Amino acid sequence: MIDTGKKIGWNRNEMAQKVALDIPDGSYVNLGIGIPELVADFVPEGRELIYQTENGLLGMGKVPENENKDRELVNAGKKYITAIPGAAYFHHADSFTMIRGGHIDLCVLGAMQVSEQGDLANWSTGAKEAIPAVGGAMDLVAGVKRIFVITQHVTKHGDPKIIEKCTFPLTGKQVVESIYTNLAVIDVKKEGLFVREMAPNVDFNYLQKQTGAKLNQYTQTQV
Amino acid sequence: MINKIVGSAAEAVSEIHNGATVMIGGFGEAGSPIELIHALIDHGAKDLTVVSNNTGSGHVGLAALIENKQVAKTICSFPRTANSKVFPELYHAGEIELELVPQGTLAERIRAGGAGIPAFYTPASVNTPLAEGKESRVFKGQEYVLEYGIKADFALVKAETADRYGNLLYHATARNFGPIMCTASKVAIVQAKKIVEAGRIDPETVVTPGIFVQKVIEINNPLDESKLVEDEMSYP
Repeated sequence: MIDTGKKIGWNRNEMAQKVALDIPDGSYVNLGIGIPELVADFVPEGRELIYQTENGLLGMGKVPENENKDRELVNAGKKYITAIPGAAYFHHADSFTMIRGGHIDLCVLGAMQVSEQGDLANWSTGAKEAIPAVGGAMDLVAGVKRIFVITQHVTKHGDPKIIEKCTFPLTGKQVVESIYTNLAVIDVKKEGLFVREMAPNVDFNYLQKQTGAKLNQYTQTQV
Repeated sequence: MINKIVGSAAEAVSEIHNGATVMIGGFGEAGSPIELIHALIDHGAKDLTVVSNNTGSGHVGLAALIENKQVAKTICSFPRTANSKVFPELYHAGEIELELVPQGTLAERIRAGGAGIPAFYTPASVNTPLAEGKESRVFKGQEYVLEYGIKADFALVKAETADRYGNLLYHATARNFGPIMCTASKVAIVQAKKIVEAGRIDPETVVTPGIFVQKVIEINNPLDESKLVEDEMSYP
């Protein structure tokens, strides 16, 4: 009989929940495509967040029921969405005025790599045969006040995504504030990477082995 | 009398010449002026530079224009989607040029073009490959990249409601690049689902003032791009 062992780490929903807990009430938030979209499902009761989608809507609501799909109401991932009561539509230059102009409080993005300095690579592996596509990621990291990253701790091949220096082309330099993975919540500080929380059955040594940069533990006074 | 209403999509695009720069509105399907694009395919102008956020899906609309080898160069931020087959093939074959621009920079370059601003500095793309070779400058301790405004000969835009003056209302996120593309092009050609009497659009709610629009055509039941892609239709 195979011992399946204890469950290690958080699943995607639990990761999204960790992020959601750290978003202050009243924030204007932009969620990237993919796992970041899950964050909207876990906003704690009593908090109101307004979601901006960079293709032109402030006040993105839930996914529509099947029969209510509007071909012209989509999010940045081109998925059908709804608008909340009190929403606003705008054109792209206004949208990026919100983003680049520092009006959005927080953005949650996926990552291919994050460096210990908070550099983010999430748009290209730099491979010659790939079609480069960037979308709004570079504008978001340049202008949004706080950038959270939500990502698996390692790649499908088991390579660390959190590393000393990104090898993929950057999206932005020194932009990430905190990293939420299936194994831990890690803060990016001037002094390096600090582990704020570890997932169930993850210990510091294991976490360090899964990480390509030096991790630090907060001392009692820092917490 | 000012009357910007034209009789057909074919007439609306008839002045588009070989080598023209054409802005095409839309974020994926939302706001993509598919009837005007198909009319441009019928019209046949070649060596176009297309400014658009994406490169189309399947074998209709923008993808079909590219597939028909009418586009020499595309300026866009995200040239692939789940269903984009045409652009990747031509790109790999070296048959189409790509100028990749961050989405917000693309929007601001278009806005600047329409507003008579030749160039501007932006923080987006600093320290990335997309800033390589571009002038940069430090303001208050932060580095910015110089980007140039874009002007076009023509814009193809989809709106919800228009009048004979060219005043426009849009629907939901179909607005996206439409308003700024109208400002940045010499001839903005708009397909609207509905053309109403002048005066019927409340001046307080006008999104694109008519001065930015040159031609309007009513297409009240535009093709459903997603459905066409799903059914693997192609144009022509």
